[in-house]
Formats: sequence, structure tokens, C-alpha cells
Amino acid sequence: MEEDKKWKERAKIRKRKRLKREEQQDQEEGGQKRGQRRGQSHPEMEEKTEEEEARRGGGEEDRERRRRSRKIERTTRMKRRKRRQRRRKRQRKRTKSPEELERLKEAVDERKKLITTLRGKPWPMRKKLESQLFVEKYEGALGKGRGRKLYAYKVMMRKKWMKFERDLENFKTACIPWEMKIKEIESHFGSSVASYFIFLRWMYGINMILFSLTFGLVMVPEALMGRPYGSIPRKTVPREEQASAMDFAVLWDWGGYAKYSVLFYGYYNNQRAVGWLKFRMPLSYFLVGVGTVAYSYMVVIRTMARNAKEDGGGDDTSFNFSWKIFTSWDYLIGNPETADNKFASITTSFKEAIVEEQESRKDDNIHLTRFLRVLANFLVLCCLAGSGYLIYFVVRRSQKFALEGLDNYGWWERNEVNMVMSLLGMFCPMLFDVISALENYHPRIALQWQLGRIFALFLGNLYTFIIALMDQINLKRAEEEIVKFNMTAWQANLYNGTIPENSTAPPITVDPADVPRGPCWETMVGQEFVRLIISDTMTTYITLLIGDFLRAVLVRFLNHCWCWDLEYGFPSYSEFDVSGNVLGLIFNQGMIWMGAFYAPCLPALNLLRLHVSMYLQCWAVMCCNVPQERVFKASGSNNFYMAMLLVILFLSTLPAIYTIVSIPPSFDCGPFSGKSRMFDVIQETLESDFPAWFGKVFSYASNPGLVLPFLLLMVLAIYYLHSTSKTYKHANLELKKKLQAVSEELIIFMSLPHLSSRGRHHFSKDSRDSRHSSTSHPVVQGYRNGRGSALSHSQIPPSTRPPAPRVHRYQPGPLPGHPGQPASRKQDSSLSSRSR
Amino acid sequence: MGNKQSTFRDDQLDEYQDCTFFTSKEILRLHGRFRDLAPNVVPLDYTNNPDVTLPSSLIITMPELKENPFRYRILETFSEDGEGNLTFYDFVDLFSVLSETAPLDLKIIYAFRIYDFNRDGFLCLEDVEETVHRLTGEELRVEERRLVARRVMEEADLDGDGKLSLIDFQNMISRAPDFISTFHIRI
Repeated sequence: MEEDKKWKERAKIRKRKRLKREEQQDQEEGGQKRGQRRGQSHPEMEEKTEEEEARRGGGEEDRERRRRSRKIERTTRMKRRKRRQRRRKRQRKRTKSPEELERLKEAVDERKKLITTLRGKPWPMRKKLESQLFVEKYEGALGKGRGRKLYAYKVMMRKKWMKFERDLENFKTACIPWEMKIKEIESHFGSSVASYFIFLRWMYGINMILFSLTFGLVMVPEALMGRPYGSIPRKTVPREEQASAMDFAVLWDWGGYAKYSVLFYGYYNNQRAVGWLKFRMPLSYFLVGVGTVAYSYMVVIRTMARNAKEDGGGDDTSFNFSWKIFTSWDYLIGNPETADNKFASITTSFKEAIVEEQESRKDDNIHLTRFLRVLANFLVLCCLAGSGYLIYFVVRRSQKFALEGLDNYGWWERNEVNMVMSLLGMFCPMLFDVISALENYHPRIALQWQLGRIFALFLGNLYTFIIALMDQINLKRAEEEIVKFNMTAWQANLYNGTIPENSTAPPITVDPADVPRGPCWETMVGQEFVRLIISDTMTTYITLLIGDFLRAVLVRFLNHCWCWDLEYGFPSYSEFDVSGNVLGLIFNQGMIWMGAFYAPCLPALNLLRLHVSMYLQCWAVMCCNVPQERVFKASGSNNFYMAMLLVILFLSTLPAIYTIVSIPPSFDCGPFSGKSRMFDVIQETLESDFPAWFGKVFSYASNPGLVLPFLLLMVLAIYYLHSTSKTYKHANLELKKKLQAVSEELIIFMSLPHLSSRGRHHFSKDSRDSRHSSTSHPVVQGYRNGRGSALSHSQIPPSTRPPAPRVHRYQPGPLPGHPGQPASRKQDSSLSSRSR
Repeated sequence: MGNKQSTFRDDQLDEYQDCTFFTSKEILRLHGRFRDLAPNVVPLDYTNNPDVTLPSSLIITMPELKENPFRYRILETFSEDGEGNLTFYDFVDLFSVLSETAPLDLKIIYAFRIYDFNRDGFLCLEDVEETVHRLTGEELRVEERRLVARRVMEEADLDGDGKLSLIDFQNMISRAPDFISTFHIRI
């Protein structure tokens, strides 16, 4: 008996496996082989059962044998029936009708669309994975039937494309640097400090692109394909300077060999096409200069647009408490100390908000406050004026030094301008901070004022610097005239006046180092910017080391032997100044944009500087700073710093554009030497490199008669878009007001006395809670269930809750009129003016 | 992506990538983190989809969740059994929703579920009070907490039923500038 059972079970298992195998093979291949295989299996099975019977046989167990044989017959009959059914099913599956295929296709397509949005669905993972399995299961089946090859091909291409996209995403995220560092900072300091580092990383990305443009399209072609060092005068160190050209002091000052290299404008040759590629060097130089600015504009504006979309409408004070509760905890925090700080700051902000709610703010002595604020602003203006004058004075002095020869003076005199600017940038913000104590503003407003003042300071300094630079440029140009004049005399001297001008004798070769050189004002401008950036960087790092690191060391180790507790009182550990650092970063980038045209090495330098800054500041923040006690963002919108960046971008490209457009280039250095204006290179390219009709089209297009109407059209378009956006904002505001009015009316309606009699048992003792406990109030439910169903509310049992989506209930305009209500609503209107 | 790992099959990784906002490298890293919590229980080889659940007491020891006042609620929201015990699917789902690339709508839905302490589908007064309690500890008195909760209802409850539905919550939170940056865990 047992053997019998075991044998049967084993046979069943074997059969099941076989059938499964056959089904799978069915779906892949045709149905021919299947029939053969099954034909084989039947006799096998029947043989086995017959064998069993034959083995048993025996007199005593006749009855049992018969029972068994009947059982076996029954089971084999059932099995045969099942086999037949399965065969029929498979046949049905095998030859699907086109309609079924269509339906299946639609189902699969629907699921596929679902899958593209699968990530954004709030389902548990198992449900999401099931949808995927569905598609995979039926995709294979769809591959048969008419048009299957095309469908299968499309499916394969789509799969390959998805795989490619996924790999691209993987690659892109693998390229993002410093992820773990930022995570550590986030968990220790919260998201506001980390936002500075994320901003720094974003800047690094932009500078990487700028660097690749200038390096790849300007520096490398000139270095590889242009004339080598020493072949022409502009590429050679003049004879007088050659002795000191390799000195470290000279190199550090960006003179000597550093000046006569691809790092600066003056090295580039004005040959129209260089090398075997016929690379248009001057054109490339010009276009890269324009391209860096255009790319920067594009990136900044795109980021602003993305931030604006996420913001959804800017500052809104109508959800004060709600936002405090639901958005104040920073989920990034992983450090217990930071968490404690965060709890404390949240508690403080709640307490402040509660106090503001309960008491009206006492405006005591508003005149004193106003006077103090005016005084503070006056002091700040004095500061700004003073710093502007100081820079101007120092620049004049440096010009005097330059005229007298820089060798007479020490290091300070040579770098006076840069050092003064950097020191002003360091100390004036602290001064502004002290002055703002007079003003007694709310911390967020005080922060905005502070940022505004620092912005004005940096801007003032930068523009004073540029004005001073313009003076120097004019000086250099006057010098150039003299040199040009002397040049002719020198050339005549060279020929000793013996050979007439129009002779064809070979010219005397002069060593390029000996040719008299014009003062290259462009290289001078580039050098000034590079020096400024270097001194700025040095000042920042030294301030960091002294202000943060040294202070932390002193506080830590002197605390044992000091009268008062250094860690809690003055000076204590410093906090990371997010806004100050962000401003510094923005201005640094502004200087890069200004000087990049004249010194192609600037983006490379900035890249190096940002790289070092990242590591240094990450280390300093983790080592020397404590988390901030009160965290105030400068504005609710993320676009505040982006807007500043955009303003700086605009203001820094203005001087560069002015110099390009109005000042003629030097006659003997740079890629535009010999032209009357730098942008003539475009004209030249159009004439020589493009077919004739292109030039004609372009000249028509640049005709003022066409350009002016186009400008007018753009102005009109801007006006139109501005007015439509204003109307949208207005409509938005109206809808918001209506929404508030609706909810107010509802609240008032529910608290009316004749309604409360019905649901009195639902109301709690506190009248204010009446709103909240009326969830199961029948009238309210009836109200909610739509128009004209006033009478149906009595049928709804009080304990049910209405279903979730209630969008259809928001109806701006008059409330759905219940027949019995108009009179009572008129009563309501007088009450509805009560503020919430 | 070319590197030989035996934790997941390729198609499993693809599925995960389709269902979450993570790349394959991040998913493998997540598996490593999951395994670090209980190396004896979580197998290295996930090709057969083993059904391994880690208890909530183990998961809240993770540094990312340790200091969060809502950690238990987060685990309960994402767990299949509602008790806070997570399988690897739930683990990945949790960090995917809280990642940087998850869209605002998805985050709002899950934030609503997390803050709904009594799991009735609404943020009622008690839920809000409990949230305030978790955020401020014992610093605020009971009346102050109740006052805050009532103010929240006044501000955000648009249909006047005394509790916040998902629509109210969405309406209120979608305008908040900080929400996306604070409702974010980096893993």
C-alpha cells in the first residue's frame, strides 16, 4: 500500500514537471513537438499503472485489488479528462484571435505607461513589482501573431533604450563628487549649512564647464598648433626682463615667463587660421569669451526657473504655525548635539509665535527706534563711502609707485590694492554686524539688511577697482601711441637708412626679444584680476585658519586656566556663517566672469581654488564650528542667492563688454591685434569663411531698419507676458480669498444656535472646539454631500466618515443653496466679518 | 553595471531601479546597510527574494534615523505589517521616498501618513498635538500645545470638519519652501 502511494505520488510529480516543461516550451516553439511528446507519455503512464496491477494480483486481496483498480481507473479517467481540458486551453492560447491580441496589447501598453510612473506611486513595493511581472509575462505571448516581428522589434528597442537611460543615470550619479562629505555635514549641522556646500559643488560644476571651454578651445590649440615660444615678439620675454624672468618673486607676481604664456591674452597670435586643422584662433577666442557668459546666463536662469517652480508662489504667511510644525524638523540630522539644538530652536520659535499670538506687540518708543535705524543707516553709508575712497586712494598710490618703478618698494606697496580690498571685505561686515545691533530688527530682517549691505560693499569695491583699472588702461594706451611712434623710428634705424623702402632685399632678422614692445593693456588687466583672485583666496584661507581654527584651539585649551567659561561666554566656538560665505563665493565668481576674457587661465585657477576650498572648509566646519542656535534663512525662497548671482553676472559682464566694444585692441599683442575693434573678427569670418549669400543675409539682418522693429516686438512681448502673469497672480489671490471665505462661512454656519440643538451631544464644553467635534454632524455631512441634498442628510448615520477626495466640493462663488437656508445665510453675512 | 556582484540578478536590479529613485549602485549600497544591521540574518544572496524582516528596534539604531522624533512612525508607515518591521523592499521604499529625487507629491502623501498617528486617514487635533509634543518635548505646557494645534486647524482646515484631510495637507504643504529640503534623508 505504501509503495503504491509513493509510486503514485512520484508519478504525479513527474507528470506535473513534464507538463510544466511542455507549457514553457509551447510558448517558445510550435506545437508540433508537444503532440509527439505527449503521445509518448500516455503509454508510459498507462504502462506503469498496469504494471502496478500486474504486480499485485493475489487471491486474498481480490476485493482490495478490485477497489484499487476501480480507483485507478477513476483516477486515470479524471487524468485523461484533465489532460483533454488542458490541451484545449492550450490550443485556445496557441491561436489567439486578433481581438484578443489587441486587448492584451492594450493591457500591456497600459501597464507599461504605469511603469514609467511607477516610481511616483505611493504603493508598497510588492504591488509595484507585481505590475512589472504582469508586463513581462504577457509580452512574450504578444510576440506571436500577426505583425509580431515589428512588435517584438519595438519592444526590444524600447528595452535597450531603457537600459541605456538607466546606465546613463547610474553614470551621472557616480560622477557626483563629495556626496559622503556633504552627508556628514548635513547630519551634524542641518540643511542650511550643507546648502552652502551644495552651492559650492554646483559652482564647481559650472567652473568645470568654463574651464573645459577655455582650456580645450583656446589654450590647447594655441599651445599645440600656434607658433612656439620665442618665434615672434609677443611670445618672447623682452631682453631687459630676461634676466629676472625665472625668479620666483616675478613668477608669483605673474610676470616673466608666466606673462608670456598661454595664460594671458598677450601671448596669442592674430594669425587667422593655425595648424593643419585651419583652426580659426581669433574667432575661437572671441566666441569662447561670449560662450562662457552665455552658458553662465543659461545655467543660472534655468536653475532659477526650476526653483521658482518648486516654490509655488513665494512667501506666504498664512500657514505660519502649520509650516512650523510640519516642516521645521530637519530629517537630515543624525547627530545628538545637533538634534538637541534643533529641538531647542523649534521650542523657542513656537514660544515666540505663541507669545505673538497672545499679546499684541508693544510698539514702545517708536521714535527712538526710528531714530536709531536712521543713525545706523547713516553710519553704514559712511562706512561704504569710506571704503570706496580708501580703495581709490590706494589705487592712485599704486599708479604713482608704478610710475616710479616698483623695485623701490617692498611687498606691501606692490600688493597694496589687493590687500586693502581683501581686508575691507573681511572687517567691514563685522562692523555692519555691530552697527545693526542698534536697529533692533527681527533676526530674519536683520539678516537681509546685513546681506544687502555686504553686497553693496563688495559691489562698491569692485567697481572702484574697475574704474581705477580703466585709468590704467588709458595710461597704457597713451604709452602705446608713444611706442608705435618710436617703432617706426626704430625700424628706420635698423636699416640704417641705407635701403629705400620699396626694395626687395631680404629684411634683417632681429631677435624677437629685442623688438620694442607696446604695453599690452589686456594682459595687464588679466594680471590684475589674477592677482586679485589670489589675494582674495589667501585672505579667505587665513581668516579661516585664524578666525575659526585658532579661536577654537584657544577656547578649547585655555578654558582650563581662564576666569570665565570660554565655551559659553565670549568668544566661544564660532558658527558657520552661511550667508557671508555664499556672498564671498558669488563675488569670487563675478571676478572670474569679468576677467576670463583677458586671462584664459582664470577658470582653471578658480577650479583649483574651489577644489581646495571644499576640502579645507569641510574640515574646518567639522573641526571648529558648532551648529547654529537659531537658523534663519535669508528669505523663504531658494531663489534669493540665485537672484544675487544673476545680478553679479550681469554687472560683471558689463565692464568686459564695454572694453571689448569701445577700446581698440593693442597693436602688437593678442589675437585681435591689428583690428580696429575686437568684434571685427566676426565680420572678417563672415566675409572670408562663409559663402557670399550668407554675408548678404547677415548684412540685411543687421540693418537697423530690421533690428529696431524686432527690438520693439520683444519689448511688446515682455510687456504682454508681464501683464498676463500679473493677471494670473491676481486670479490666484482671488481664488485663495474665496476659499477662505467659503471655509469661514462654513464654520459660522455650523456654529449657529438652531443647528447646534440637533447635535448638542456632539459639542464639547469649550465653544471653540465646536468646529472640530462636529465631524459627524449630520447637517455638515449633508452640506458636504452636494447641492440640493439637504434633506438626505438625515439618512446618513452620524458615525460614518465621508470618503476622502473632496475636491469637487471646492466651489468658488455662492454656496450650494439649501432651500431653507437663504434667510439664515443673510444673518451669517454679518457674522462672517469676524476674523479667524 | 559591469561589476560582478552576486547579491541581485540583473533583472532584479532593473526592477528596483524602475520602482524607486535609486541607481543600481545605490541599491547595492542600501543592501549593504541593510545587511550591516543584522549580518547573521540578512543573506548576502538576494537572488531568490528571501523573506527577511528586520525588527524596528534594530532599524532605529541607524544613524540617519536615530535622532528623528518620528522614527517609529516612519517605520510603521513603510512596513507591510504596520508594526515597523521592514523587509528589504520596504527599506528601499523608505529611503527612495525620502531621497532627494522623489517628487513633492509623493513626499506629501507619505508625510501625511507619517504624521497620522492614529492611522485614521486624517490629521485630527490629537495627531497635531502629538506632533508638537514630539517636536518640543516637555518644554511647552499642555494648553500651549493645544493652542498651537487649534491654530493649525484654523489655518489649514478648509472644509471645516476639524481635521486635516490629504487635500488640506497638500494645499498647505505644497507652498512651504522648506518642505522638500527638510523631508529628506541622505543615505
